[in-house]
Amino acid sequence: MTRFYFDHNATTPLSARALAEMTSCLRDDFGNPSSIHQDGQAAKQRLETARRQVAAAVGADPDEVIFTSGATEANNMALFGLRPRHVITSTIEHPAVGQVCAELERRGAQVTYVPVSGAGVVDPDDVRRALRPETDLISVMAVNNELGTIQPIEELAQLGVPVHSDSVQALGKISMTPIALRSFSAHKIYGPKGVGALVMRGGVTLESTYFGGRHERGRRPGTENLSGAVGFGAAATELGADHAPMMALRDRLEQGIVDRVPQSFVNAGTGPRVGNTTNIRFDGVEGEAMLIALDLKGFAVSSGAACSSGKVEPSHVLMALGLSKDQARSSIRFSVGRTNDAAQVDALVEAVATVAARLRKLSPVYVGV
Amino acid sequence: MAVLEVQNSVGERAVTGTEAPIAVAMSGGVDSSVVAGLLKRQGHAVVGLTMQLWNQQRLPDLASDKASGRCCSLDDVYDARAVAGHLGIPYYLVNFEDRFEQSVVKPFVDSYLRGETPIPCTLCNNFVKFDQFLDMADAAGADKIATGHYARLWFDDEKQRWQMGRSADSTKDQTYFLWGLTQPQLARAMFPLGGMIKTEVRELALALGLPVAEKPDSQEICFVPNGDYAAFIDAYFKEQGLAPATTEGEIVSTSGERLGTHGGTHRYTVGQRRGLGIAAKEPLYVISTNPMTQQVIVGRPDDLLRQEFTVRDVNWVSMAEPDVPVRAEVRIRNKHAPAPATVSALPGGRATVRFDEAQRAVTPGQSAVFYGGELVLGGGWIE
Repeated sequence: MTRFYFDHNATTPLSARALAEMTSCLRDDFGNPSSIHQDGQAAKQRLETARRQVAAAVGADPDEVIFTSGATEANNMALFGLRPRHVITSTIEHPAVGQVCAELERRGAQVTYVPVSGAGVVDPDDVRRALRPETDLISVMAVNNELGTIQPIEELAQLGVPVHSDSVQALGKISMTPIALRSFSAHKIYGPKGVGALVMRGGVTLESTYFGGRHERGRRPGTENLSGAVGFGAAATELGADHAPMMALRDRLEQGIVDRVPQSFVNAGTGPRVGNTTNIRFDGVEGEAMLIALDLKGFAVSSGAACSSGKVEPSHVLMALGLSKDQARSSIRFSVGRTNDAAQVDALVEAVATVAARLRKLSPVYVGV
Repeated sequence: MAVLEVQNSVGERAVTGTEAPIAVAMSGGVDSSVVAGLLKRQGHAVVGLTMQLWNQQRLPDLASDKASGRCCSLDDVYDARAVAGHLGIPYYLVNFEDRFEQSVVKPFVDSYLRGETPIPCTLCNNFVKFDQFLDMADAAGADKIATGHYARLWFDDEKQRWQMGRSADSTKDQTYFLWGLTQPQLARAMFPLGGMIKTEVRELALALGLPVAEKPDSQEICFVPNGDYAAFIDAYFKEQGLAPATTEGEIVSTSGERLGTHGGTHRYTVGQRRGLGIAAKEPLYVISTNPMTQQVIVGRPDDLLRQEFTVRDVNWVSMAEPDVPVRAEVRIRNKHAPAPATVSALPGGRATVRFDEAQRAVTPGQSAVFYGGELVLGGGWIE
């Protein structure tokens, strides 16, 4: 069966250029970037090229880019490394920040969780009001993974406190305000899994969690994931141009579904959003059942975050918008990307309409339009 | 036996490429894994689904040394996924925790506090596995669901009814827990292991190369660690922020003589002998419990004998509700040898069961299942 992939916020396929660069790196440049000899030097060159490519994409200097195993590690380095007494974060963070904050609390730090509007956006005034003399960090994501809503990082950066932003979903989609700390992941931008970056600027210093080497200017020990970094760098050179066509596809999908399926509503559709994500609620439809039905028809979509399988609670992000549990459970996230075209979008709209009608016919709770 | 041939040939009929998939309820155990493998090998399109029914980490007060071997542990989900991967079938974990709590756990707790000894597995079959799971099968486009239950199922053209029969492996027979299934539910169910014995199932698991072929069978009530239901009820009440069930009171004899005290009627079940903490000349057994008076009534073995009782919520399986009394062999516990009796349907979905010879420990909350030879005629809840 032909598969149509509409879950690009979960991960993306590897770009041809990233694959080619990684293959040549794995084949030709096996050296250890820390070695003094020429094999090491060649490897080091490739690592630094990758660093420059990532730096250019995120609007930073190369020496501000630390390669990590991904955004989760970068978040942990940032949040634990600052040893904050008080952190302000949002109620819609990815668990890769939310669970780090919960652990900070367990270790004695204070954490304030600011709410979001019905449009899925943090109000900078709420953050300002939550400031305390001992507030050492504000950590708010740049773009929400479930909704695509853009958060006011620029305003938060003016509050006089270091800002960290999990910017995984923002890269290639919006411009980057310079802030103290940002986390990135390669596999969300058509790069490989298992590599990401923490971008540090403005003289922030972090306490180390791991020890064992002076790699990455002493900020992250361990022999570098060279081919991963090279793939990340290559993928980072290809960003930006596809955002406008992506938005056209997303709008076609969103409009098509809302027009075709009765009682379907876009969650947080009024806020500022990136161009590839839409989160749609189908009243009277079990999201889990719709996901399975669409998957068996060849369409990959998502209900809530991918990590939530087996979890009882419905998406905390949708709950934070003020949705009921049933509404949250009736919601599906569609995220378009480079693999999609208009014909695929139209086929998906058709499949969603068919599945929603079938599931509603079965549902004892749905009482019609 | 002609009917059994029909059952055995179900899997071998010609399979067309456009056939709707069969949804297999996969627990991660050997039985349901073999079901998935068998159906796949027979050429059916198969979708594997694991029902997440209960969060084993939910009640921290319950000493839960090792969560494997009980349903819904991470290990079991891992195993089910590994089997699905091995077979190359689509697989999904579906969360039914809400329904399970409402339809199984809460009635289980309420039943104990009413002085009964409930069977959660039957409730789970009636209201989760053959209800919400069917809805999920619909979502997957599946007409039929298949489970690893040991029971036989076939359609009788003459009677125009689905028939349920005891499994070939009498030690594994699960019809005691399946009497509540209605004809519409049975019309969509398949029990491919009903004609097999356990050793054959294990051999088949090995032949299919299933990674769970050597996994031990699960025991006990899946959501209650170590079978300690009283501890479960206490922990559940604590979690719900409710006052603990205060049903402690007196232990009295059948003649009303006060013999001692007890820590809660829900800690005792009819026929129980141990744990009474009373010194007596002859062995004493729990005859009944009464949460209203908070008394546990004890007596001699003969006091446990009962010839006649009533059942409620009766479901007739292999026959329509009879308008005259029927002869049957009636089983009143999972391990009870069915005993000859006369069953008379009463209005309002009830029935009277009268044994030819009085039986020991007829226990409210348990099921009475009526058999006619190998056939499951019907069943009900003992009042």
